[in-house]
Amino acid sequence: MNHVTDLPLWVAWLVAAFLFIGAGLTLTGSFGLYRLSSFYDRIHAPTLGTSWGTAAIVLASIIYFSALQSRPVFHEILIGIFVTITTPVTFMLLGRAALYRDRSENNPEVPAMDLPKDILDKLKLADKTESVYLESGERE
Amino acid sequence: MSQLFPYPLLIICLIIMWLLLTSFSLGQVIVGTIIALIAAQGMAALQPAKPRPKRWDLLLRLTGIVLYDIARSNIAVTKIILQGNKRTRKSGFMAIPLNLRDPIGLAILAVIITSTPGTAWLGYNFAQGTLLLHIFDLVDEAVWLDLIKNRYEYLLLEIFE
Repeated sequence: MNHVTDLPLWVAWLVAAFLFIGAGLTLTGSFGLYRLSSFYDRIHAPTLGTSWGTAAIVLASIIYFSALQSRPVFHEILIGIFVTITTPVTFMLLGRAALYRDRSENNPEVPAMDLPKDILDKLKLADKTESVYLESGERE
Repeated sequence: MSQLFPYPLLIICLIIMWLLLTSFSLGQVIVGTIIALIAAQGMAALQPAKPRPKRWDLLLRLTGIVLYDIARSNIAVTKIILQGNKRTRKSGFMAIPLNLRDPIGLAILAVIITSTPGTAWLGYNFAQGTLLLHIFDLVDEAVWLDLIKNRYEYLLLEIFE
């Protein structure tokens, strides 16, 4: 049987902090899913839970069981990896289904399948502007 | 050799995964290796495009950048949701022309964009080479264009092309 009371205080605090962050983010995401009005806004909220919500809880679990069994425990990382690579599939499926429906209903708020030529040319022009990140990348 | 071991990286990852899920012992190594080899044969039968990253160091750097950005946008989106309707927020669609054509590179970009709170991938138009996004907090289009083009696509182009 595991002895939770044997856990050093700083480890307990660290685990509690990560659990609190993870649970808080997931709760906020779920709250956002409930509160936000449009479908496309609602896609964004649950990603809080699937990104750092999951990551923080996984980290808490790794720290807790590594400290208790005094050997590194890493198989929780697999949960993080699989959640990260599988959720985009669901989100893209939902997003594209909504887009398909809005387009077939001729909803004016949704962009068309092919962009008009003038917008495309404008984007290509904007594309060439110098960037902050590119410059900082070259400096290294 | 390549007939027997079609996807070396996949085989290694599967063996590591098997050992993490069970225990580190010789018996499990043998069982894991057999399972990984069978899985790799199954993968070869599907004939997917083989990813050929040319710059592994940049792939690591990209991972670091993405983890940092995801943490940052987690905080940003949490703030917006908790503020409720106190602040006027504009969300909207945005189209971005991409130079990236590599399917694996596009797949990685899709995972990055979708797992980052605040941006959602809605489609990629192959004929025009444009990406359609939905942005949660669309204050300045130029900032988002810069983020996708120069922070992610730039590195992905370096890695795959």
